[in-house]
Amino acid sequence: MATAFEKHPTGTGWVVEDHDSFRVARTTFTDQDVLERERGGIFDRCWLYIGHESELPNPNDFVRRSVGGRDLIFNRDRKGDYHAFFNSCPHRGAAVVREDKGSSISFKCFYHGWSFNNNGAFATRFAAGTYPDDFNKDGCANLVSVPRLAGYAGFWFVNFDANAESLEDYLAGAKDFLQVVADHAADGMEIVGGIQEYSVRANWKLLVENSFDGYHAHETHSTYLEYLVDAIGGPAELFPSRGNISRAYDLGNGHAVIEGPAPWGRPVAQWIPAWGEDGREEIAAIYAELEKRLGKERAEQVAYGNRNLLIFPNLVINDIMAITVRTFYPEQPDYMNVNSWALAPKGEARHFRKRRLDNFLEFLGPGGFATPDDVEALESCQRSYRNRAAAGWNDISRGMLRDEPLADDEAQMRAFWREWDRRVAKAG
Amino acid sequence: MATIEHAGVSAGRQGGTPTRSEIEDFLYLEAQLLDEWKLDEWLALFAEGATYDVPTTRADDDADSADQLFLVADDYARLQHRVRRLKKPGAHSEWPRSRTAHSISNVRIVEAEGDELLIRSVFVTYRAKNDVTDCYFGHHFHRIRVQADGLRILSKRSMLDMSSLRPHGRVSIIV
Ligand code: FES
Ligand SMILES: [Fe+2]
Repeated sequence: MATAFEKHPTGTGWVVEDHDSFRVARTTFTDQDVLERERGGIFDRCWLYIGHESELPNPNDFVRRSVGGRDLIFNRDRKGDYHAFFNSCPHRGAAVVREDKGSSISFKCFYHGWSFNNNGAFATRFAAGTYPDDFNKDGCANLVSVPRLAGYAGFWFVNFDANAESLEDYLAGAKDFLQVVADHAADGMEIVGGIQEYSVRANWKLLVENSFDGYHAHETHSTYLEYLVDAIGGPAELFPSRGNISRAYDLGNGHAVIEGPAPWGRPVAQWIPAWGEDGREEIAAIYAELEKRLGKERAEQVAYGNRNLLIFPNLVINDIMAITVRTFYPEQPDYMNVNSWALAPKGEARHFRKRRLDNFLEFLGPGGFATPDDVEALESCQRSYRNRAAAGWNDISRGMLRDEPLADDEAQMRAFWREWDRRVAKAG
Repeated sequence: MATIEHAGVSAGRQGGTPTRSEIEDFLYLEAQLLDEWKLDEWLALFAEGATYDVPTTRADDDADSADQLFLVADDYARLQHRVRRLKKPGAHSEWPRSRTAHSISNVRIVEAEGDELLIRSVFVTYRAKNDVTDCYFGHHFHRIRVQADGLRILSKRSMLDMSSLRPHGRVSIIV
């Protein structure tokens, strides 16, 4: 029971831990008040993923993004510099960009027609006398920039807090894992066309936990694992020197990863019999390039390491049978919007890309053989929290007594929850 | 009860292009089999080697699953597994199974060449589970082969015309 636990002296009281026990109050998944504090303490202050550099390959490219409850434009100007703007016309507020993506040297608001260069500068001329001559001397007619924008290893982030620490400091130990993903290909990585845009009728933190939950796979995903046995045509070729244990690593600042051997084929670069002898040669060639470019240890990590990475609070990069990049935001305590992308090496051969996307769809996404069952589990948890007055606490203690936590323990979730607790307490 | 024999175009039909009402009957049969969760019978409407795919919302009709992320891009092996899986209690999303109503309209034969037809139709599919009802809508393309023993689906592509899968969250049923 809750009373048996120490409250963190500086915490919210909703996350309670002892040396061998860790519980989280179910009210954190249901209360509007908690969501407001998350908005103030987390989404208004943390670095949030806005997009991948490959989505803006050329100067003048733009995409429209919903990030942290804001509608944003992420773009490059004529010189190629990156920008993030609030997608609200300074005149009366209409959305300045209404397409999902495109390329344009300027943006024009459809309501009264104010125009802006793609560096945000107001660009409309009025007849003399319409406005004062020095109209916009304070910049009031320019698009409003998001206070902070920065990229690391091809991944771009925004921060709505002008005083936030630098992105690199924030990312802490997660930097190296972003680099591992970027290292998959000599010519860089790209987001594949097509976004899976869906929702889950559950609190966003349930998807945080689920995204790197090594414990549930055998129970929740039995039908996927049964499929896998047929589909891969024999065991995946594991790399013996990496061992066969998956572990969890706390990367600091609430970021964490689980990493270990993969039971499935990895387009980079773990062969399975279903890919045939030609496939074996192709995978060997990819591996050879990795080892030449990155050295043996890193090449093995890229090729044979299966990773579920969380960048606090809500960027998931799962480098598993394919690579998915996923963010999700609460609309309500019991409802989130999810966006999922596939990330792949630039210029990948067509049959490779197909193999990768097949791998992705077999497991991942709203039509996969696994994700719908995760959605069912999350929604089931959420519905059951109506019992929270009597059944009020989640247990997140698995493996606490182990010095080196395993991937099917819950140390990675505890890393998330401690940071959540610290930030939400401050926002009280 | 729906059986394959009730397909408008059944064994022994004589040559020529099926009429639209024969095609409609076939699509209505497909819809009924799905609503009755007769998934093996549904699968039997497909030719061996057939495909079933669902691009992401807002994709183009000619989207290519080798170069774009889809929601579903089943070759015949995955399609067979999808059916096997949906019959298992381990397919938690559909166990207990949801209730559905597949409605088909605006059926048109848009191409006919030899014994193959391309059919475009509009669908509205309701899915209800846990006291929540979701509505999927869009259009299907069925590529159909006319055989002596009836019609077979060579490929089915379901284009979702919602702007996103919100609030549905999944396409765990066959739309
Ligand atoms: S609101 Fe944009 S020009 Fe008036
Ligand atoms: Fe899962």
